[in-house]
Amino acid sequence: MARRSRPGEGAARPVVIGVAVAWLAVALALPFASVFVAAFADGVPAFFAALSTPEVRHAALLTCLAVLSALGFNVVFGVVAAYAVERTRLPGRGVILTLLDLPIAVSPVVAGLMFLLLYGRQGWFGPLLETMDVRIVFALPGIMLATIFVTLPFVAKEVVALLREIGPAEEEAARTLGASKAQTFLHIVLPNIRWAVFYGSILTAARALGEFGAVSVLSGNLIGKTQTMPLYIEQAYVNYQTTAAFAAALPLTLLAVLTIVAQKALARLGRRNGKESR
Amino acid sequence: MVVLPLAAVVVKASGAGVSDALRSVSGPIALSALGLSFGGALLTAAVNTVMGTIVAWALVRYEFPGKSLMNALVDLPFALPTAVAGITLSELLSPRGWVGAVHPALAASFSPAGVLVAMTFVSMPFVVRAVQPVLQQLEPEVEEAAALLGARPRQVFGHVILPSLRAAMLTGFALSFARSVGEFGSVVIISGNIPLSTLTAPVLIFQRLEEYDTVGATVIATVMLAASILTLAAIGLLQRERGQHG
Repeated sequence: MARRSRPGEGAARPVVIGVAVAWLAVALALPFASVFVAAFADGVPAFFAALSTPEVRHAALLTCLAVLSALGFNVVFGVVAAYAVERTRLPGRGVILTLLDLPIAVSPVVAGLMFLLLYGRQGWFGPLLETMDVRIVFALPGIMLATIFVTLPFVAKEVVALLREIGPAEEEAARTLGASKAQTFLHIVLPNIRWAVFYGSILTAARALGEFGAVSVLSGNLIGKTQTMPLYIEQAYVNYQTTAAFAAALPLTLLAVLTIVAQKALARLGRRNGKESR
Repeated sequence: MVVLPLAAVVVKASGAGVSDALRSVSGPIALSALGLSFGGALLTAAVNTVMGTIVAWALVRYEFPGKSLMNALVDLPFALPTAVAGITLSELLSPRGWVGAVHPALAASFSPAGVLVAMTFVSMPFVVRAVQPVLQQLEPEVEEAAALLGARPRQVFGHVILPSLRAAMLTGFALSFARSVGEFGSVVIISGNIPLSTLTAPVLIFQRLEEYDTVGATVIATVMLAASILTLAAIGLLQRERGQHG
């Protein structure tokens, strides 16, 4: 009787597993497998030829720069913002936490539009930027700005969750023992939150790598100038260069897999180190 | 970084004047685009809530070969660039693709059904990842107690398990909805962007920007922004509710 008491035992078991496996196989595994097949549809030489054009190389460079700028900015911003929200008596903390979620909840196109309204030629700061001869929209800074915005919450949210979980006891102890604020931050807070920062960085990199909507609004998609990898893939596909599109998609897909593997490994490592219960 | 861009949208939209603003959201193309985005996102969020809960259940309650691979696979739509998702799904569903070639009814690229497939794909992980930890923390004692008191498995599920999962499922639903409604990269590729048929609201914003109709774009964007903020507020409420009930 006790054995049958839990719902989902007995006859339901194979059905639930079957439905779950079938759903993931059709909806996830099939698209995943088809990337590899399509990339090599015209043979291995065609795959490498498609990847070594100047357009692809330039797009890859821009995507790298966008990822690096998002990582650099958001690691610093995320740690500072999370610390401010969790450890200081900042007014409006709830509002800040909600606003922090906005870049994830808003459509990337809307995100791009926001920055266009600020920094575009007719935007709020457009005339000022023009007199200073600085270009943001339709140039590299626009791509970086868009990428930083859409990945803004990832590091911050991970660090907020961790700071809340470990509580301020260790930091208070250090302060009582005479450590300065800076020393406490360097020797207590930073080592404690490092797994959360790594984890958030992986999420940031994964999202930055593939950002499409916001970047396509802000970059102008000028081939060989402001075209990132995702924009190149779309353009190649629309122009019926299917093999070229999938050839460029393959490295991004492999990087996506790599970020998932890194995520799982880091979660395991963090758990072993006891601080993070992920 | 967040407040200033928000302010720019609101000011630009309010500068448009009420009648202009109304005209630019109430045209047939805009209405159809908003309808497809919001209706489609509701539908795909519902599908993902049901399927996501089943997947989470299988991952938490059962042991079977390939489980950890499945668990990793769930995150793929988060990690995969949307443009890659777009070209992949578009190929699969094209008349010569693996799926589209099976039966003409399955050749869904350039149709509203294709838009729904793309929305479902990109928002798939949310419900699984929201329900999974709650299901894990559910204490077996409660279910055993219910069973000892004479509840049948179906009753235990309906009266004990489902109520505890409710907040997590709704949170997953809301996140999934927010992602689907704003999805651009995969949808712009698979849909062909046919006005009155497969054109979604984010694509319409993009097209209006390309035509230098900044005001028209901003008005639609304001509607979408309001929807995002409402969704976030709903998620905030749900999380507070979950916090109170432990």
